[in-house]
Amino acid sequence: MNAPRRNMMLADALAQVGAVGLFMFSILAAVPKSLRHYRETVRQVWFVGAMSLVIIMTCGLFVGMVLSLQLYYVLTNFGGTAALGTVVALSMFRELGPVVTALLFAGRAGTSMTAEIGLMRATDQLSAMEMMAVDPMSYVVAPRFLAGILAMPLLVCIFNALGLLGAHLVGVSWLGLDNGTFWGNMTSTVEVWSDLLNGVWKSAAFGAVIALIATFQGYTTPPTSEGVAYATTRTVVSSAIVVLALDFVMTAFLM
Amino acid sequence: MNPRVNDPTRSNQDARTPAAGNACVRIRGLRTVLNGKTIFDDVDLDIARGKITAIMGPSGTGKTTLLRHITGQLAADCGDIEVDGRHVAGLNRTQLFDLRERIGYLFQNSALLTDFSVFENVAFPLRQHLRLPEEIIRNIVLTRLQSVGLRGAAHLMPSELSGGMARRVALARAIVRDPDLMIYDEPFVGLDPIALNQILTLIRTLNDTLGVTSILVAHEFSAVRRIADHVVLIAGGKFVASGHPDVLARGDSEWTRQFFGGEADGPVPFQYPARDYATELGFAAGAR
Repeated sequence: MNAPRRNMMLADALAQVGAVGLFMFSILAAVPKSLRHYRETVRQVWFVGAMSLVIIMTCGLFVGMVLSLQLYYVLTNFGGTAALGTVVALSMFRELGPVVTALLFAGRAGTSMTAEIGLMRATDQLSAMEMMAVDPMSYVVAPRFLAGILAMPLLVCIFNALGLLGAHLVGVSWLGLDNGTFWGNMTSTVEVWSDLLNGVWKSAAFGAVIALIATFQGYTTPPTSEGVAYATTRTVVSSAIVVLALDFVMTAFLM
Repeated sequence: MNPRVNDPTRSNQDARTPAAGNACVRIRGLRTVLNGKTIFDDVDLDIARGKITAIMGPSGTGKTTLLRHITGQLAADCGDIEVDGRHVAGLNRTQLFDLRERIGYLFQNSALLTDFSVFENVAFPLRQHLRLPEEIIRNIVLTRLQSVGLRGAAHLMPSELSGGMARRVALARAIVRDPDLMIYDEPFVGLDPIALNQILTLIRTLNDTLGVTSILVAHEFSAVRRIADHVVLIAGGKFVASGHPDVLARGDSEWTRQFFGGEADGPVPFQYPARDYATELGFAAGAR
């Protein structure tokens, strides 16, 4: 790649980051007004939260089961199977819960946000709202942004709960670990504030970032079928990268 | 058949004159260039208050762009647009929304909100801007749907409507707040003759009874002729003819003769600018 082309790509990337930043300020400015449309926010929480439950619960269960199975055999080598509940819980609460839920959320809810807003753009629905003196930022975008922030922590809690259930099924019911040891070690080691809530804060941040990327991509997409398709893809790719990068930064600060 | 209420004896006149002193929309020195193509080149236009003004012209000449300028959806490169005494370019977002609350806009593709039923689409502007009891909202919405013949379709979703029905629902939504200025972007597309007649009557009645100013973009001259008080013809970035529809229909200028006669040859090119046809096909001398 030659230098001018590389410089142009870098300039485009920076311009995109700047545009996302300005878009975020527009959303934040629209949030107070969007509280008037609280029903729309509730509807979006239902849509991106409750409608994502099946995939979140299923994946949470299997992630817990796999984690328990892997760790059981590793811990057996050290004679440390009693710590299985603790290790699974810490892994789930601190990292796997927020990150895996965020990636699933980006795929399930982020893409639907992008596609919905993109199609609204393509079919002039956003323009129609503007012509009816209804600000799409406060009626369409801000409720989805708030829904992302509200729904993600709830989904992470459910993901973690199902993950622990899966770990319990494998570790206790299948592999024969003592039930009291599994729960006892876990509850005595895992801290609510430093472990559980750290994951919840992280998930709220991930929800905000995914909703920001998804709404930005939908709002600014070219009003064509191809434009919406590319925007949807960009939502998943950008969200995955930003979530993992943000996870590192937040972990460094929250540790 | 809707009775004619406009005056066919009015003489052909400049695009600026019909509203002299009583213009709802006043455009001065408008210049627009989109994607390197000049859409408007220093044009002036007055839209008379309380009248129906039809904007006509070949496809791609900027009729919808003109409507977008008037409503502040698209900024002009140069010139001034005044709506009801307010300079559109100088309005901030809040002021622009205040202005738009008094404008009804019928989109070319209806632009119904696909998540809402027909009833909720028409009720949407009322719910967003007015705190009315549900009973009153219901009555207003049903009244408007009755006027476009779709009261019985109130429960349907937009995906269940034909193009013509969606257009009528969009019209009901546009008039639900009794706007001062109605803008119709191709309102007659997809309407059957019965619906067309009713919509023409509705548009004319809105003007006669409520004094609504109407701007109409359409290609159906026979329909326009029945209701418009004034027609402006756009071509080549200019307003090339204007006046009463009956006067324009006489075809006194080569512009009106070609456009209303539907002729391919004339000052308005039918073909989009292109290379020589024979050369493009490889038949010209020396092309091979």
